[in-house]
Amino acid sequence: MFLEVKDLSVKINGDYVIEDVSFDIEKGDIVAIIGPNGAGKTTLLHAIMGLIPYEGNIHWHSVAKIGYVPQRFKFDHTYPLTVEELFLLKTGQRSFWFSSNAQINDIKKALSHTGVEELSGKRVGELSMGQLQRVFIAYSLFGKPDLLLFDEPTAGIDIGSEMSIYGLLREINHELGITIVLVSHDLSIVYQYANNVICINRKMACFGMPSQVLTPEQLKELYGPHIGFYEHDHGDEEDKS
Amino acid sequence: MEFNLGLSFVVGAVVGVSAALLGIFIVLYRLSLAGDALSHVALPGIGIAVLVGISPTIGAIVFLFAGVISIIMIERYTTLPIDAIVGVFFTTSLAIGALLAPSSEELLESLFGEITGISAINAILGIFFGLVVIALTLYKYKDFTRLTLSTDFAQSEGQSVESSEFALLLLLTVMIAIGIKIVGILLLGALIIIPPAAAKNIGRSLRTVTILAVSIGFIAVIVGMVLANFLDLQPGPMIVLTNTAFFILSLIIRRS
Repeated sequence: MFLEVKDLSVKINGDYVIEDVSFDIEKGDIVAIIGPNGAGKTTLLHAIMGLIPYEGNIHWHSVAKIGYVPQRFKFDHTYPLTVEELFLLKTGQRSFWFSSNAQINDIKKALSHTGVEELSGKRVGELSMGQLQRVFIAYSLFGKPDLLLFDEPTAGIDIGSEMSIYGLLREINHELGITIVLVSHDLSIVYQYANNVICINRKMACFGMPSQVLTPEQLKELYGPHIGFYEHDHGDEEDKS
Repeated sequence: MEFNLGLSFVVGAVVGVSAALLGIFIVLYRLSLAGDALSHVALPGIGIAVLVGISPTIGAIVFLFAGVISIIMIERYTTLPIDAIVGVFFTTSLAIGALLAPSSEELLESLFGEITGISAINAILGIFFGLVVIALTLYKYKDFTRLTLSTDFAQSEGQSVESSEFALLLLLTVMIAIGIKIVGILLLGALIIIPPAAAKNIGRSLRTVTILAVSIGFIAVIVGMVLANFLDLQPGPMIVLTNTAFFILSLIIRRS
């Protein structure tokens, strides 16, 4: 086992945003977290990273380095920061100004993992959403993590890039052996890429293999009765296989 | 006289460089207006100090510090953007300053600076604190970069947004307090805002912008003071106008 979460609760401004959530993650897993808007998915990631106070237990079975790719964040697109400089923020105090060839090579290598090596001299604000997402995935790989957390990795990018980003995540998982936890609202992605799924809606709703726990009843309970479209889709696929 | 003139060049250069360096993050954090307005929060402090008979610089520092702490506290308790809160403090301070203002020479000096007539002790204090601002800004450079790029990003990197913001405003306070002695409250904003703004017009990377801003800050002070000396004009406004010339130049370079 890699990570064990037991009875995790998080209070924000006096109210529970997450209550009694428990699951565990094995090394090499791809785990999806699903749930409706405001279900506490991002909060759960923040708790795992130790960014916010929580009640309950988060137990790491080995020392883990976490890489985090945040949900889209707002920034000024005229900000004068190049992709290379973004990566240098992660290195030592002096190296931002006097970077060695080895460091520049490491940056190029991380960028080549996500196929965007040529972007290192570009300004962060000039990138498209898809490019930005790949740069941030490379950025999270730059710290040589054991666990990558992705918060809605494809929010705001077109469907073609979306599919290739998930393919990329699977590649990272296979080739680099990095455990991946991703937040998604797209159930077809969850079926296709995740070997375990955590459903939360403030409280724990389900945990297990997608094909076993994502039953129509479960989804209805999680998202409400309007989930019909998805449910039907995947019900069919499940029948065929 | 020779010694004094030499000393004022050194003070001016240190203040110009430190203001430009810190100013990069003030401009990138969209605190430009706040920086300028905040400098006026010092006014009542100066007024009271003159009335009581203590050093106006001390009065200014005490008021600025209290002002920054109050602004941060109010930001926590309301949802107002920080420049709006600074605006409230700014106008209030100007009103109090106007009521307290004795028509004394010292108050005028605080408004317009006294760089060429600076006393040795004030010069040494100015140089010392200027170097402190430079050192601390370089030390916090990466934190300030993450903070000003995106607070969400800074937070996801495990950085405390609140303490970085506090550090930035605190350094701004120190900067303003020393700047008051050199170019005066009214013109200080220019030293903090114009060099980084001009640098941002030209530079593509943060490293380039930093080097350009610091160079402009340095050269503008020296050129401004030399011109003021030759033309027998006030150095403060001359320094600002030299900065403005660099800003116009940056607009021309950007176009081409």
